[in-house]
Amino acid sequence: MTGNNIQLDAKGRLKHFLTIEGIDRSLFIEILDYAESFAAVGERAVKKVPLLRGKTIANLFFEPSTRTRTTFELAAKRLSADVLNLNILSSATKKGETLLDTLQTLEAMHCDMFIIRHANSGAAHFIASQVAPHIRVINGGDGRHSHPTQAMLDMFTIRKHKPDFTRLKVAIIGDVAHSRVARSEIHALSVLGVPEIRVIGPKTLIPNDISSLGAHPYYDMNDGLKDVDVVMMLRLQRERMCSALLPSEHEYFKRYGLNEEKLALAKPDAIVMHPGPINRGIEIDSQIADSERSVILQQVSHGIAVRMAIMAMIMGSQSEEAH
Amino acid sequence: MRLKIINGRIIDPENNIDQTGNLFIEEGRIVGINKAPKGFKAEQEIEASNQIVCPGLVDLCARLREPGQEYKATIASETAAAIASGITSICCPPDTIPVIDSPTVVELIFQHSSSSHLSRVFPLGALTFGLQGKSLAEMDTLKTAGCIGVSNAYAPIDDTEVLRRALEYAVTCEITVHLYCEDNFLRNNGVVHEGPISTRLGLPPIPETAETVAISRALLLIEQTGARVHFCRISTARSIELLADAKSRGLDLTADVGIAHLHLTEMDIGEFNTDCFVLPPLRSQRDKEGLRAGLADGTISAICSDHQPHDADAKSAPFSMTEPGASTIEMLLPLTLQLVRDKTLTLQQAVAALTSAPAKIAGIVAGSLSIGSPADVCIFDPEASWTVERDSLLSAGKNTPFTSWEMIGKVTQTILDGNIVYKN
Repeated sequence: MTGNNIQLDAKGRLKHFLTIEGIDRSLFIEILDYAESFAAVGERAVKKVPLLRGKTIANLFFEPSTRTRTTFELAAKRLSADVLNLNILSSATKKGETLLDTLQTLEAMHCDMFIIRHANSGAAHFIASQVAPHIRVINGGDGRHSHPTQAMLDMFTIRKHKPDFTRLKVAIIGDVAHSRVARSEIHALSVLGVPEIRVIGPKTLIPNDISSLGAHPYYDMNDGLKDVDVVMMLRLQRERMCSALLPSEHEYFKRYGLNEEKLALAKPDAIVMHPGPINRGIEIDSQIADSERSVILQQVSHGIAVRMAIMAMIMGSQSEEAH
Repeated sequence: MRLKIINGRIIDPENNIDQTGNLFIEEGRIVGINKAPKGFKAEQEIEASNQIVCPGLVDLCARLREPGQEYKATIASETAAAIASGITSICCPPDTIPVIDSPTVVELIFQHSSSSHLSRVFPLGALTFGLQGKSLAEMDTLKTAGCIGVSNAYAPIDDTEVLRRALEYAVTCEITVHLYCEDNFLRNNGVVHEGPISTRLGLPPIPETAETVAISRALLLIEQTGARVHFCRISTARSIELLADAKSRGLDLTADVGIAHLHLTEMDIGEFNTDCFVLPPLRSQRDKEGLRAGLADGTISAICSDHQPHDADAKSAPFSMTEPGASTIEMLLPLTLQLVRDKTLTLQQAVAALTSAPAKIAGIVAGSLSIGSPADVCIFDPEASWTVERDSLLSAGKNTPFTSWEMIGKVTQTILDGNIVYKN
């Protein structure tokens, strides 16, 4: 149904943005550098550039999200695009309309780009394989598979603090099994040459084959955090509690919650990240979330710049094709 | 009609025959190999030099989608695809709509299959009522109506007590149970093998133990009940070890494998190729090799198509929202012959896995060229090659994972009941 390079055009430029896999280091760096130029836009009094004037971008969210949707919306607006927000949970698909019907309807409204958030892995790939050739797709998170803009903004944030990726030890902590963020982070860190990627969590939440992605599993957080430069916490879904996966919030926080004592095992200048929204007292202690070590709010503002860069880049390849 | 098939390489594993010669058919029966019966005068002759003449193939599992899902395929469309692929007998599982748990559904299937005059269709009846895994189906009534075995298809039997009683009741009715083994709890809505691909793509995983735990449970219950069980669609190397061990302890059991699992692995899913969404899932390279070894040493004796034709919509959605199953019936023979070129099987073993072995499992009079048996014959050119193209498939289901594969081996004629029903 879909080829490996569906997200690149014949010239190797970004056509869709579906997954970090297959993005090589030079393109990756190009996106990060491009995002730097947009970071400044957000600090100006007039926060708009006219790059996407006249373009229509549809936010198709088949799954609830506040943060990702709003940052995409802001990014699109700052590029002067028109934005359509569709919360599909509550509309068409409930009336029996299929995913393809919904897409065709939106195509008929002459949208230029779809931002997709969907509960099923592969949804963005599927949509990219089905849309008309001029339409661009950005994956805003699909199932447990991929959340490439999150990984991109996290790399942008890490680079601000630790410019040389080839000397870093990075730990990702929490529900790796169900996390699209974790998968994208692992790919991104690998592409950028991070020599040691660790994942930390109970065996119930770490896939058996995680080493096939190049990450080393740790079930003991005290071992896993030793000497790391970057601590990436994952959000834990409440429904994992009191199931066959985890006994209780109390026990989870005891073993895998980030507190001062555990953070002391990391390097003294280690930064703490979280894709948000955070569960205080479950995966992270409030004091740490609000401390100087935390770059959580920087991640949010970087998210806008990085998404602007990706949208502008992708629409650039579209305009060129049209001429 | 009196038919003489001239100069073919006749392979009949049931009778240990592999020789070049002539085959004689009269009034729908095989009447002679090499030696014509007295006074035989052929009305028609088929030249079969450089071709292989073997019993019509027996497919232990193909979904025909009728009754209930005629928008996917029909008995007429799928038996036409089967007959062009040398398959003269098809067993169809009971997960039709409605389920094959009453004689009326059996009758309907017989009516539709006999009116198309193509492959013979042998329904499997339900093991539990409505395939719900809760109460027993009327196995004896289904047997009398013509079902050659009973099965719960892919529907789970979570309650072990129900499985025990169902096996005991099958013993009572002297009927073979075709058992697909999957632990529903361990499957946990998974869609792909638990391994590097499920980890990379973030697709819900199905562990190896979903199959091996269910097989172990079944083996212990077979020991206890003495049921005659055929294990369907084995997918892991570990399962082969469990079955081989049980056989060595004297349990009378058989097993089959779907053709796709002998050629594909989880890696073929690539970037969410929904044509590779099948159940049991495509597993690892090690499992594929294990299945091939199990076939070579006889732990598994039959290869089936596990054909599941779908409409285009069924495969057109994000991976885990699509329906499982692949359209494979037209690739069954050439992909089995590929195992001979790969030196997994001898040609005799390969033909046996498609003829005598499945016929014996199904308990039907088919799959051999014995004198006096029904003249169902498959003639194929073992060297002819063709390329799989979706739109050229005869099956109504175009959902094949083998698109653009080169197939070597092509059926030239199929004979059913002494009549030439397909000619290429």
